[in-house]
Amino acid sequence: MIPFDVLVAICLLYVALLFGVAFLAERRAAMGLGGWLRSPAIYTLSLSVYCTAWTFYGAVGYAARSGLEFVTIYLGPTLVFIGWWWTLRKLVRIGRTQRITSIADLISSRYGKSNALGVVVTLIAVVGTTPYIALQLQSVTLSFAVFAPGGAVPWAIRDLNSSALTVAAGLAVFTILFGTRNLDANERHHGVVTAIAVEAVVKLVALLAVGIFVVWGIGGGVTATLDRIETSPLAGMPIQPGRWIGLTFLSAAAILTLPRMFQVLVVENEDERHLATASWAFPAYLMLMSLFVVPIAVVGLAEMPPGANPDLFVLTLPLAHGQDGLATLAFLGGFSSATSMVIVAAIALSTMVSNHIVMPVFLKLTATGATMSGDVRKIVLRARRVSIGGVLLLGYLYYRLSGGSEALAAIGLISFAGVAQFLPALLGGILWRGATRAGAITGLTLGFAVWAYTLFLPSFGQGGVMGAALLAEGPWGIGWLRPQGLFGMDGLDPLVHAMVFSMGANVLGFVTVSLASFPNPMERLQAAQFVNVFDHSAPGQGWSQGRAEAEDLLLMAQRILGPDEAQGLFQRAAADQGKQGFLPDITPEFLQRLERELAGSVGAATAHAMVSQIVGRSAVSVEDLMKVADETAQMMEYSSQLEAKSEELARTARQLREANEKLTELSVQKDAFLSQISHELRTPMTSIRAFSEILMAGDGMGPGEMRNYSRIIHEESLRLTRLLDDLLDLSVLENGQVSLNAQEVALPDLIDRALAATVGLQGGLAIRRDPAAERVRLMTDGDRLSQVFINLISNAHKYCDASAPELTIRVREGRDGVAVDFVDNGSGIPEKSQAIIFEKFSRLSDHRKAGGAGLGLAICREIMARLGGSIVYLPGQGGAAFRVSLPRARAQAA
Amino acid sequence: MGKHVLLIEDEPNIIEAIRFILSREGWRVDTHSDGTTAYDRVTAVRPDIVILDVMLPGRSGFDILRDIRADTGLNGLPVLMLTAKGQVKDREMAERMGASRFMAKPFSNTEVLASVRELTGA
Repeated sequence: MIPFDVLVAICLLYVALLFGVAFLAERRAAMGLGGWLRSPAIYTLSLSVYCTAWTFYGAVGYAARSGLEFVTIYLGPTLVFIGWWWTLRKLVRIGRTQRITSIADLISSRYGKSNALGVVVTLIAVVGTTPYIALQLQSVTLSFAVFAPGGAVPWAIRDLNSSALTVAAGLAVFTILFGTRNLDANERHHGVVTAIAVEAVVKLVALLAVGIFVVWGIGGGVTATLDRIETSPLAGMPIQPGRWIGLTFLSAAAILTLPRMFQVLVVENEDERHLATASWAFPAYLMLMSLFVVPIAVVGLAEMPPGANPDLFVLTLPLAHGQDGLATLAFLGGFSSATSMVIVAAIALSTMVSNHIVMPVFLKLTATGATMSGDVRKIVLRARRVSIGGVLLLGYLYYRLSGGSEALAAIGLISFAGVAQFLPALLGGILWRGATRAGAITGLTLGFAVWAYTLFLPSFGQGGVMGAALLAEGPWGIGWLRPQGLFGMDGLDPLVHAMVFSMGANVLGFVTVSLASFPNPMERLQAAQFVNVFDHSAPGQGWSQGRAEAEDLLLMAQRILGPDEAQGLFQRAAADQGKQGFLPDITPEFLQRLERELAGSVGAATAHAMVSQIVGRSAVSVEDLMKVADETAQMMEYSSQLEAKSEELARTARQLREANEKLTELSVQKDAFLSQISHELRTPMTSIRAFSEILMAGDGMGPGEMRNYSRIIHEESLRLTRLLDDLLDLSVLENGQVSLNAQEVALPDLIDRALAATVGLQGGLAIRRDPAAERVRLMTDGDRLSQVFINLISNAHKYCDASAPELTIRVREGRDGVAVDFVDNGSGIPEKSQAIIFEKFSRLSDHRKAGGAGLGLAICREIMARLGGSIVYLPGQGGAAFRVSLPRARAQAA
Repeated sequence: MGKHVLLIEDEPNIIEAIRFILSREGWRVDTHSDGTTAYDRVTAVRPDIVILDVMLPGRSGFDILRDIRADTGLNGLPVLMLTAKGQVKDREMAERMGASRFMAKPFSNTEVLASVRELTGA
């Protein structure tokens, strides 16, 4: 029997060795050396973290108690690795393309980066893993106790509880030192993985050595051992099909959902091609691990005294035969199994806790945004260290609460059933696009609650957390709610019972709520990314691609920046790295610099996406795509602004064209107007000039003619003056330069004034009025209004062709204002001319009768417009009829 | 060659002035003031020269000129056009359409007389 102190020393030496291995591996990885460190063999060995102390010690105990049923624990993973190889590949691909850091990250990321889901998964993982960690503590504690026989209790083993605490603390320190030495961006731990591979070899060698010793050293060879098995109680143990199926399912689920398995399988995966090797090598490893389980159990049952713990046969059999060296090796194998599990599980859980619980809370509290400063890194590391301690403390508490007496296998299965709750959300997430966040949360919560109620809480034993009465009769005496007999399902094994109900509730909740709920856009995008991961990501690429990548990057940069600038950038970068004349190394600094340069041309998101695609280690993520989409949207926004501008330009051009057409038209009108004025001026001038020349010559003229010609000259000069007056008046009116002199006037006075002014013209024109109706007072410019009246009266005088010309002036007060009608008894204005009489120079008859230039009515129209009223021709009144209207506001009853 | 003028003009005072100037020099002056019937009057009167205003009621002087020039029976009939519009394009139009001479109003009496003499060779 080796002394306990020596054993502890060996343990510490072994730990130091592991440290050394891990340290060297990290060093070589950092230097980019050591390809063998990333070989499929290391990957496969690291997967052996599945084989914990439970497998190492517990499998024998399990076989001794239940026969061949222990095989199910190996059967599930084997089936997954051989038959569901493609699922693993998909998980690994998703893990790489989405930079997944844990199973909580994967599930929350799949369902629209839901933080709530991350928290739920983290909590379930912590609770679910706790029994498993307790199991490791228990086995290490028990194995220590084996070396401390009866009387000589060494310093560390006064009682099992305190030694379990010591073990837990030791493992915590060990894990913190291993797992949080630095903060790796992609959460890969090369050193840890290598150390675990070493441990995998140690535990396999140890178990095989014990097996060989048992078969050949004690059992007397293969044939004899087989005979022993034939006659042992194991051969007679019944096989329970329900448990077999259930356990195989649980272990198959566990290989995918255990946080530590996800860590080594997905997160630590370097190259998805390693899976090809692992798919046969890992089942082979499991087979070797299980090879000697039954012989050891059978021989142990036969050789060891009754009551000896079959979980410890691996240790006690060699010890009983004085094989101290072998026992020590077996002890190291068990120690390896326990530590590797605790280290990886604690690292995985602490990553989840810090990423999904501590960091969101911290960022919310500090509200500084995700600036990855040194401070934040320190906080992350501290959070991880504290959560590693917390996880182990929980494990210890569970160990204490559950009484520490349960068989190892039973505890492990509780964990399996707990983390199996992730399976629907995980598989649904990568296979079914219709799976939604609400469905995942519902399924997980239901499944977890049922698991806790039916398996986890009862595992503390009667009087633990649940009272004996509750276990026996259900809460409040409701029989069908008994934790281990829901809905009266009493016949079932408690584990199978819990599994059926928790998984049933989980799957049912997940599917129904997924079908009933509607995913948000982010969920849809992520769903597409996950489910169709093979459609838009390249398979894993090796490491020795630096050159090719640099060339590709240069080609791409040239396309975007132009050859000179791109080459200059690469040359400067190479010079900075001390590599003048060569392509620069693809360092993160260089990539950042390149991205910045490219971002200036194509936008940050696009630049990142392009660089990522070439560098290839990370495919384009949904965020990248969404940023690209954002930039595209901005560009579209910009181009639609441009479009709007060009539309505006087109509109302006159209307006300009219209204005130009109007100006041209105005210019034509102006020419016509000038031509009209010219005609109107030249005509009287012609007469004046001709007759003045005649008079100047003075010969051949009688006195009558002389007088007549002088009169013509006089008349024509008056006509000229009138024309000029009218033109000026019209010009002033049209330009709006006229100043109105509004005052209260009596309508009859205005009409009297107009009649008086035209009295010389009236001749035979009879005027008919109705003085009673005329009694209206107006607020208007009386001079201007009477000018309109004068015009109308003189027109009647000039153009009324009746034999007894007569002009009727009628005044009518309406609701809207006052109307003054001037109606004569002549033949009126022909219908075709009615439309143009208010235009300038629209004189209808010949000059002989008309004294004016045809501007009168045009002037009237302008005046009425200025006064706020109107003048219109009234057709069908017998003779020529004009209506002058003034609005109410300007008219007041007298 | 006789001394017979047909004056087509609608402004009474101008008719009177031209009639006085020409008749004093021994010309026989017929007058017509309506555009629509002016061409018929020309063919009926067969004057030695036509003095034609552009702005006439009913029909423009240019239209009447076109009819006169289209009528081979009136070949060589001198037409003196008068216009009060006095724009360059009117002058060009008149000359293109075959006016013998184009005079803007107001005119000089002696110029009118001289033009009539010149055009008729009298």
